Amino acid sequence: MSLSILAIDDSRTIRDMLTLALTQAGFDPTVAEDGIHGLEVLDGMQPDAIITDINMPRLDGFGFIEAVREQPQHQTTPILVLTTESAPELKARARAAGATGWIVKPFDPAKLVKALNMVAGTGTA
Amino acid sequence: MTKPDPMAEIRASFFLECEELLEALQDGLLALDGGDKDPETINICFRAVHSIKGGAGAFGLDDLVRFAHRYETVLDAIRNGTLTPDHDTMLLFFKAADFLSDLVRSSQTGDGLEPDLVEGTLLDLESFTGDAVKEEEAATDFEPMAVSLDLSDFDLPSGTVYRVIFAPEPELFKSGNEPQHLLRALAEAGTARITCDSSKLPRLEALDPENAYLSWTVDIETEVSAEDLTELFDFVDGLCSLVITEVSNAPPDKPDLPAPPPDAVDISNPGAPLASPTLQKSNGTRPTQTPNATVRVDLDRIDRLVNLVGELVINQAMLSQSVAEAGLTSDSQVTSGLEEFMRLTRDIQDSVMMIRAQPVKSMFQRMSRIARETSGAIGKRVNFLTEGDNTEVDKTVIERLADPLTHMIRNAVDHGLESKSDRLAAGKSEEGTITLSAAHKSGRVIIEISDDGDGINRPKVKQIAETRGLIPPGQDLSDHEIDALLFLPGFSTMTQVSDLSGRGVGMDVVRSAIQSLGGRISITSVKGRGTTFSISLPLTLAVLDGMVITVDGETLVVPLSAIVETISLMDDDVKRLGPDTNVIHIRDVFVPLVDLGVELGYRSAPTDYEGRVVLLISQEDGARMALLVDTIEEQRQVVIKGLQATYGRVPGIAAATILGDGKIALIVDPVDLMTRASGKTGTPSEDLQLAG
Amino acid sequence: MSDHVPLTTDTAEHELLSFRVGEQEYSVDIMSVREIRGWTRATPLPHASAYICGVINLRGTVLPIIDLAKRLAIDVAPACERNVIIVVQVNGQTLGLVVDAVSDILSIPQSEIQSPPEMGGDHGPTFVKALTIVEGRMLRVLDLDRVHPPMDADAA
Repeated sequence: MSLSILAIDDSRTIRDMLTLALTQAGFDPTVAEDGIHGLEVLDGMQPDAIITDINMPRLDGFGFIEAVREQPQHQTTPILVLTTESAPELKARARAAGATGWIVKPFDPAKLVKALNMVAGTGTA
Repeated sequence: MTKPDPMAEIRASFFLECEELLEALQDGLLALDGGDKDPETINICFRAVHSIKGGAGAFGLDDLVRFAHRYETVLDAIRNGTLTPDHDTMLLFFKAADFLSDLVRSSQTGDGLEPDLVEGTLLDLESFTGDAVKEEEAATDFEPMAVSLDLSDFDLPSGTVYRVIFAPEPELFKSGNEPQHLLRALAEAGTARITCDSSKLPRLEALDPENAYLSWTVDIETEVSAEDLTELFDFVDGLCSLVITEVSNAPPDKPDLPAPPPDAVDISNPGAPLASPTLQKSNGTRPTQTPNATVRVDLDRIDRLVNLVGELVINQAMLSQSVAEAGLTSDSQVTSGLEEFMRLTRDIQDSVMMIRAQPVKSMFQRMSRIARETSGAIGKRVNFLTEGDNTEVDKTVIERLADPLTHMIRNAVDHGLESKSDRLAAGKSEEGTITLSAAHKSGRVIIEISDDGDGINRPKVKQIAETRGLIPPGQDLSDHEIDALLFLPGFSTMTQVSDLSGRGVGMDVVRSAIQSLGGRISITSVKGRGTTFSISLPLTLAVLDGMVITVDGETLVVPLSAIVETISLMDDDVKRLGPDTNVIHIRDVFVPLVDLGVELGYRSAPTDYEGRVVLLISQEDGARMALLVDTIEEQRQVVIKGLQATYGRVPGIAAATILGDGKIALIVDPVDLMTRASGKTGTPSEDLQLAG
Repeated sequence: MSDHVPLTTDTAEHELLSFRVGEQEYSVDIMSVREIRGWTRATPLPHASAYICGVINLRGTVLPIIDLAKRLAIDVAPACERNVIIVVQVNGQTLGLVVDAVSDILSIPQSEIQSPPEMGGDHGPTFVKALTIVEGRMLRVLDLDRVHPPMDADAA
């Protein structure tokens, strides 16, 4: 059974790349364009994991994670943050908002898949 | 995989996205420059650059990443309030945006840019943030991270044995991490034996579901290093206590490992918080894909559709003709069905044309860059304004307008605006204003370029034209006529040819470029107040409202937009002017008579004009001619078929179309015809001359 | 079809479509032929060279038509219903050639096709790419590149 993943990024290119990487890894991706859109799409789905960008219009990644964590059914949904910086303060802020982990952009598909498998608990096989 | 190379597609789409992002950046910068204080505006700029950087990183476009990173850093400084944008900052931001767009283009084509140029602009950017921004090498940040764990050969357990003691803290669960998943990932790195210490687990009634009571001890034999094992716990760094110690390099199955703590718990059911509600899978209700407002379609496909609709229109015309010839009454079912069909065809045609239409905005932004560069190069301050950015025009028209507009914008900055001292002397502000506007007006697109300069120096223009032998000296010319001299080949008002006003490219080239789009250009200029060039263009290059006429048995189409009125001649309307030329007298104005049949070489001129039909043709600049034709057939919309691609340019002819009977009719280019017209017409009979 | 690469070995055969212009026999490589259609009156193009008949409607595209007799300076009666139009593709462009009649499709071995002899002096443009003998008659292979009118350079 393939993992369903919600991926949110305002860049079409990154969305396309996420979709490609996730599909190739046998996941079932759904994409959204910003935080608000992400919340709309999330309403009605129970993804096995969420990937989100930080810098986005309307609602940024931090705000999105906070909003997701407020929903009881998503309190433990793994959320990975896509970030171009690996700065510690960014990680700290992501974690404070409730992120599970982070992936540094540009992401290596293999690493992304590994991280997803780990946080979603499906192993790396 | 059905697609041969999805990455290539994403790469292509990345560059498309870059165009949009650059446009958003440009908009944002313009708003900032205009004094917009909304924090979201700078956010938009930042995000645009940021997204370009993100995508560029994915494709290893290092120059682009490096530049975008620096640019983004400066924008971020403004976003944080550590830097306040002033005029110079804005100029640099515009320059950086232009440069970013060059980098995007060069990255796309693979042509490198001058390294000095890259460094120079980077330095400029850095100088603005100075020491506020710490030197960080962006490129290293963007190296795709190598997979640090090679798990492929974990079935060869011949490595080191580590003991990992992992005790989650309550915060770990709040972050969405799962001890079970971490342990499983760990176990997959080698051969592991996991024991759970549940000794701290309180009695059920005292259990806080949000607290963490369990800890795990994992003895793992693996080939990977302790650092790599630690990295597995990167996400929970600080959310747990983690101790990794190397136990030995000993062979596996060493029995001297300490006995596992009691109460080993199946890791498939770890001591996670018990608060999480039951998870319900709702497979059926999930939205399938992003609800996108737009669909990206290959231009080829659209063009194919446009062509097909063109065929449909022609076929429908043929069908109508057959029905008409069959002599069916107007109330027959066939006729009413056909009318409905015609209505639908028109609707389809309109809708299809809309697909090709796009806002002039991106082209206007390019022009704003041209204005900035030109003003920078010659040291004139220019305030460049645009109006009607969202006016939609056929994509091809937009593309082919870029060159003539570029030239005209440069002209406006270079020639239209006065020098700083002259402006101040004339009581104007030092900064000149150039306005580029677009609007829809009665089925056409009007694009205007206005400057607030000194206006056309008509005596000088006339004098130059005389010196260059373009007109005989001493002629009495109206303002209109003098302005029109600017369009003569080989005209340049600057005695010193500057670098910018393209050497050898004159307004004559601009005019023919506009004309080849079925457009017209005209000038209005007020001394001391400025000059406006007005371009009128068809909305689409695919269809045209035309007047179907015949000359010497040939059927032709004259664009309706050029025709002011049709006149049935009377004997004394025609007056002789020269040996072979005549004018007609319409409401106190004399208009040159041009015989279409003669101009196209179909026949020689008639001598008797009684009852003959002329089309009064008017150019945008007011020039007129009376075009003599044999008969007027009908008014109708025709599908334009280019001749240039299959044959080349035909003088006086704009294109061709296919009529209802399947025959090809040529579409007359009235402006071209007017410029080339010999004006040779027959001699009106002797007594008429006497009467005139 | 346009990417057809003729084999260069001597045993390779060329398929030629032969046709008559006046009393002369010409041919073109069959691979460049799109279709053969009956004569249609072309819409004349103003100021065009005499050998340009004009344009016709070929299923929605505007097809330029060349009067081959005029182009080759062969004296024949004006084109009429008895003529046919050979639609050929040359350099990615499609055009029609008015000829008197299409004769045959011939397979000619490469070895039997020879270059036209060098002519001394200036005898104007030659439109013959190669020559061969079929049943004792000389067959000219038309050089389509030369027949095709150069695009009008008038861009002003």
